Amino acid sequence: MQWLQHLGKFYIFLSVIFKRPERWSIYRQQTVKEIDSIGIGSLGIVSIISVFMGAVICIQSAFGFESPWIPLYAVGVSTRDIIILEFSPTVVCLILAGKVGSNIAGEIGTMRVTEQIDALEIMGINSKGYLVLPKILAAIMIFPFLIVLSMFLGLLGGYLAGVAVNAVTSYEYIYGITYDFKPFNVTYALLKTVVFAFIITSVSAYHGYYTRGGALEVGRSSTRAVVYSSILVLLFNVIITQILLS
Amino acid sequence: MIEVTGISKSFNEKQVLQDISIKFLEGKTNMIIGESGSGKTVLTKIMVGLFPPDAGDVLYDGHSFTAMNFDGKKEVRKQIGMLFQGGALFDSLTVEENIIFPLSMFTTQTEAEKRDRAQFCLERVNLPSAGKLYPSELSGGMKKRVGIARAISMNPRYLFCDEPNSGLDPRTSILIDNLIRQITEELRITTIVITHDMNSVIEIGENVVFIFNGQKWWQGNRSEILHSENAELNRFVYASTFMQRVRNSLKQA
Repeated sequence: MQWLQHLGKFYIFLSVIFKRPERWSIYRQQTVKEIDSIGIGSLGIVSIISVFMGAVICIQSAFGFESPWIPLYAVGVSTRDIIILEFSPTVVCLILAGKVGSNIAGEIGTMRVTEQIDALEIMGINSKGYLVLPKILAAIMIFPFLIVLSMFLGLLGGYLAGVAVNAVTSYEYIYGITYDFKPFNVTYALLKTVVFAFIITSVSAYHGYYTRGGALEVGRSSTRAVVYSSILVLLFNVIITQILLS
Repeated sequence: MIEVTGISKSFNEKQVLQDISIKFLEGKTNMIIGESGSGKTVLTKIMVGLFPPDAGDVLYDGHSFTAMNFDGKKEVRKQIGMLFQGGALFDSLTVEENIIFPLSMFTTQTEAEKRDRAQFCLERVNLPSAGKLYPSELSGGMKKRVGIARAISMNPRYLFCDEPNSGLDPRTSILIDNLIRQITEELRITTIVITHDMNSVIEIGENVVFIFNGQKWWQGNRSEILHSENAELNRFVYASTFMQRVRNSLKQA
């Protein structure tokens, strides 16, 4: 029954976060800082993983489609669909849950154990709102851009690897990734991304905010934040897919 | 004026505070003393609203703080400055930004006015050129002084100091004590200091409350504390060999 208690506590946590800010201009500045920290700070890892995963997906698809009955452009089609539907929105968000989630939980947890959150409260500031709302807004705004970038780089990685190892020709790959393209798939992926961005930031912030103790507990909170946000991302992936694609 | 009436608090069925009632002197340096774990920090956290009491009330100018809603508490908290044991400075902000922070949140001052105010507060704590430093670049004593500067930036009516001398050398401790006394007198604020440092009590304690086992055990001023007949208080006050010598010389005198 402890999960039910956490659910209630999480709901109250969220309701306080969305209270009217003391000063919008400061929240705006914080949001811009968070966009830089969460978004720009994640560009490197998102780019590297996307290029290499795109390459692997393309080569594996070509390996699986070694049949005279399957046209070679199917490699491009499957690479595109895997990247747009699942790899970029879900796998990249899981990686971001590890990077951004642990960072958020660690930062807020450290502020808790060093009494910085108490200092905010005593000043009369809504500490939950001030610390968490800009992070949620920043993630919701910047994650879709990261995912679009990941899609582009994944497809590029697939192209480079596929052509380099002669798994597919340049023409067939490009024909494949444009063949029967459904724009709704991108909308679906971005909708998932927004939900995942909210889950990752809010769940991680929740675990950081309720850290008790010292450095050891901050580490534990970071681990819990990554584990729970990853599980929730996977759970909501199934739910959203069922709702939007069934 | 701050008053607590019948405050009780327990954590996981462990009674930390029992029926504590204290009237703090306005515009004076009030000190809460007691052994580690006696409940003095919990009492202070209840007074500033970080913990809700199980029973009792905290009154600011006769108004119940515990019964106030979020916005009411926010208004009272704007009149409170607090110096934390570790300073609790915001790591990501410079010293100047730390001091400006509450001003940016709650005042409509211009950037220049806020910077002037920050500089005034820094000069007041004898750190006029520390504004551009980050908390990680400060020593323990400097952190405490910046903590005081931030606490007074909003011209508070009440200043709470949690163990202001912990981890400091004797000279820096005296410097912090003097600073607290001077600020209390100059700004005419009500200061509440939590400490177990008897030097501080003797130096600046105008109203001293001794907490023992979660209860108010004794209340008086700094001269009364040396002549008290309270056994628990004497055990606390004269714990060190130096203070025992002081007691012996007092008796001989």
